[in-house]
Amino acid sequence: MADLTRKYDVLVIGGGNAALCAAISAAHNGAAVLVLEAAPKFWRGGNTRHTRNMRCAHDSATDTLTGPYPEEELFYDLWRVTGGEMDEELARHMIHESKDMLHWIVRQGVRFQPPLGGTLSLGRTNSFFLGGGRAMLNALYRTAEGLGVAIEYDAEVTDLDIREGMFLSATIMRDGKPLVIRAESLVAACGGFESNFDWMAEFWGPAAHNFLCRGTKWNQGSILRKLIASGVQQIGDPTQCHAVAIDARAPKYDGGIITRLDCVIFGIVVNRNAVRFYDEGEDIWPKRYAIWGRLVAQQPDQIAYIVFDSDVLESFMPSCFPPVKANSIAELAEAFELDPAVLEKTVAGFNAAVQPGTFDHTILDDCRTDGIEPPKTHWARRIEKAPFYAYPVRPGITFTYLGTRVNKQARMIMQDGKPAANMFAAGEIMAGNVLGKGYAAGIGMTIGSVFGKIAGEEAAKNASRKNTG
Amino acid sequence: MPAIEPGVSTNQLTGKAVTGPAQKLPLPHATAAQEEADRLMTLCNSCRYCEGICAVFPAMELRRDFYDADLNYLANLCHSCGACFHDCQFSPPHKFDVNVPVTLAEVRANSYAQYAWPKPLAGLFQRNGLAISIIAALSVAIFVGGFAAWRDPAVFLGVHTGPGAFYKLMPHKTMALIFGAAFLYAILALTFSIRSFWRDIGGGAANAGSLWQAIKDAGSLRYLDGGGAGCMNEDDQPADNRRMYHHLTFYGFLLCFAATSVATLWHYLLGREAPYPWWDLPVVLGTIGGIGLLIGPAGLMAEKLKRDPQIRDDARFGMETAFLAMLFLTSLTGLLLLVLRATSMMGPLLAIHLGVVFALFVTLPYGKFVHGLYRFVALMRYAQESRH
Ligand SMILES: Cc1cc2nc3c(=O)[nH]c(=O)nc-3n(C[C@H](O)[C@H](O)[C@H](O)COP(=O)(O)OP(=O)(O)OC[C@H]3O[C@@H](n4cnc5c(N)ncnc54)[C@H](O)[C@@H]3O)c2cc1C
Ligand code: SF4
Ligand code: SF4
Repeated sequence: MADLTRKYDVLVIGGGNAALCAAISAAHNGAAVLVLEAAPKFWRGGNTRHTRNMRCAHDSATDTLTGPYPEEELFYDLWRVTGGEMDEELARHMIHESKDMLHWIVRQGVRFQPPLGGTLSLGRTNSFFLGGGRAMLNALYRTAEGLGVAIEYDAEVTDLDIREGMFLSATIMRDGKPLVIRAESLVAACGGFESNFDWMAEFWGPAAHNFLCRGTKWNQGSILRKLIASGVQQIGDPTQCHAVAIDARAPKYDGGIITRLDCVIFGIVVNRNAVRFYDEGEDIWPKRYAIWGRLVAQQPDQIAYIVFDSDVLESFMPSCFPPVKANSIAELAEAFELDPAVLEKTVAGFNAAVQPGTFDHTILDDCRTDGIEPPKTHWARRIEKAPFYAYPVRPGITFTYLGTRVNKQARMIMQDGKPAANMFAAGEIMAGNVLGKGYAAGIGMTIGSVFGKIAGEEAAKNASRKNTG
Repeated sequence: MPAIEPGVSTNQLTGKAVTGPAQKLPLPHATAAQEEADRLMTLCNSCRYCEGICAVFPAMELRRDFYDADLNYLANLCHSCGACFHDCQFSPPHKFDVNVPVTLAEVRANSYAQYAWPKPLAGLFQRNGLAISIIAALSVAIFVGGFAAWRDPAVFLGVHTGPGAFYKLMPHKTMALIFGAAFLYAILALTFSIRSFWRDIGGGAANAGSLWQAIKDAGSLRYLDGGGAGCMNEDDQPADNRRMYHHLTFYGFLLCFAATSVATLWHYLLGREAPYPWWDLPVVLGTIGGIGLLIGPAGLMAEKLKRDPQIRDDARFGMETAFLAMLFLTSLTGLLLLVLRATSMMGPLLAIHLGVVFALFVTLPYGKFVHGLYRFVALMRYAQESRH
């Protein structure tokens, strides 16, 4: 149990990658640090638990990276996925710092592995955590504890006392009563609001309640909301979130990576009216991966079905749920309570429209349909070999874009443009500064680590100036 | 709304609703443990975050369907280091309930019984701790009783020194015959069971490359290191104690075995009879090995008692304890014999020591000892298939 009565130099809200990097770097800089994590110990670490890799620039190959990834190239990649929606100076600063991060994070006990099996395509650009995100977190927690960082679980911060851009205290509940916790500086590293379906419903309507959250249930966004209400400048589109199509049988929260389905190109996707609604052959990974969540979100009841046949059953990475299997298209429709006649018609119409071609799922091939709406412009092959299969899919939210504006010190910027006196932010809660839209695999961890380390350092300096001055 | 509830899927063969990630189009399995292992391997195969930790996950990735033999193979590749449990975002209380070390431990233990030779003795694995204790007690009783009955008390409790002293109690020929037969039996039974395991998991002709790789991997306990940080036994804090104690046990055992082999050569080639002076090779090897066999099993036992209850395989506690106890007792009685061989305790101690060693030999194919061979063979298979 952490001592919750004393005043700390640095209070870190959150318990994921950004929070732990901030706590460790603040402790390195001599600060007395308290971490308040909303989740119980097992669930600590928010969405970081579900991650696998980070994307840092590096000038040469290493024993875990297959080649160099210069700063300029990483910047270009980020520019491309965001369509330029970013604070360019801040993004360049982060990318420059990311080079050192690869070594810093290893010194904190995190281990990387060389890319193997399913991850080779990212082997040059991304560093993979040995054992995944939870192993990475466990290492960071061990290091933080070793440095004397106080960590309190089951400690959701419910309120902040902020006066004119100055953080004074935070409130958590203990024994049914509010407990006020004081610190010289604040690092907010408590993620986005992807766990809060009511909030999402403000933009998506009741449909949002049919979404699934791929990660933690603790990222409710209440601190983000409180900061904005207290005069911190917001950044990033408040209506947007990153969503992919995941298995509809996944739990409401924490289904993680194993519920993802990236097999739309191998079949057709129908909605609950048993009709197709979008070109399944439009684009290659990762772009198509990220559009299907949104597409399904726009369908009735926010559900869709990926339909394919026996020929392709073994063509893609298995998911954790079995596809539903049936001997005929009509039977498959019945399993999901779709209209069998309509589904048969949809499949027959699709099959009739398929043109001859040479299938190659690694390129935009020449297998396409002719004369149907919407078309399938690549990888179109007839669905004809029984048994038939289908996966039900729903939108799975990965993260949200709304955040607090920060400067190069990770210091929050107030609505009047002035830097906050003692408030810093790191991770998803400020990701919108450098990632206004889109996503590049591994960038979430980079944002958290780089700005976490900076925020910890600056918060510690801030506190010591305060203490000595 | 569609008939699909979050978190529920339908088992395709049985039509049963399954909560959490289900079996993929399920294969029939002989045991419930294998069914669970199939569920987990299917789940892990869609995750693969652990692929860098040990050999189990890369071997899993080479498969899409998991037949019983595949699961037995994967289970024997697992060293129970615990890392994948603490690294897993889906371990309990997550409702996906992923506990690879415990599930594979159960499949592994069942595999020893499945391939045991001869079949009727497979039942010895059932309540192994009890079975081994009874056999050991009987064996000691027979040796002590036999000595007491055949030799008059003056000899049994007398003081004997110099070469051939042991054989005053039991003629060398008798001793060689009894222990030679017990040892041969053990070799035979082990060979038959390992051979059927090897065939079942699809091992072809062994080649020198994979043999050498397996010797290196087994000899260094490469996969007991939690992917480099160390085995996670008590909690998520990596430590390397189990590996150290296992090395002491294993190499201690090898040294004791070498001591016996050298003594046999001394006897037949050089005509020199036991007991040997303390500086002689068999005694030196046996003493060093014996010390390893005291510290190693004791340490492993202590680590076992400290093990995180979430990844402890309680059902195998008897089997593991029995084997550790047998090794410990073999060494303890041997060392006592060395120290007290010039006293009147030599007779009783020799009887007890021989009783323990005899029990150790005949139970080798029916206890925890076999794990070393199964693991070695699994590692050899892994070396084979990962070459392709
Ligand atoms: C399935 C999945 C896979 C992903 N894979 C990758 C990947 O491979 N690479 C990558 O870069 N990104 C990945 N991401 C994105 C990545 O998870 C996020 O970008 C990253 O976790 C953000 O880090 P963070 O520290 O800001 O937030 P989080 O890791 O989400 O941590 C937020 C923390 O704040 C705590 N918290 C929230 N509210 C409060 C409160 N009021 N009081 C106290 N504590 C609170 C939470 O409990 C949690 O500990 C993935 C996301 C998902 C869902
Ligand atoms: S043990 Fe857990 S983290 Fe590791 S591969 Fe399996 S599901 Fe993934
Ligand atoms: S050896 Fe360790 S990491 Fe590998 S499966 Fe067994 S317990 Fe898990």
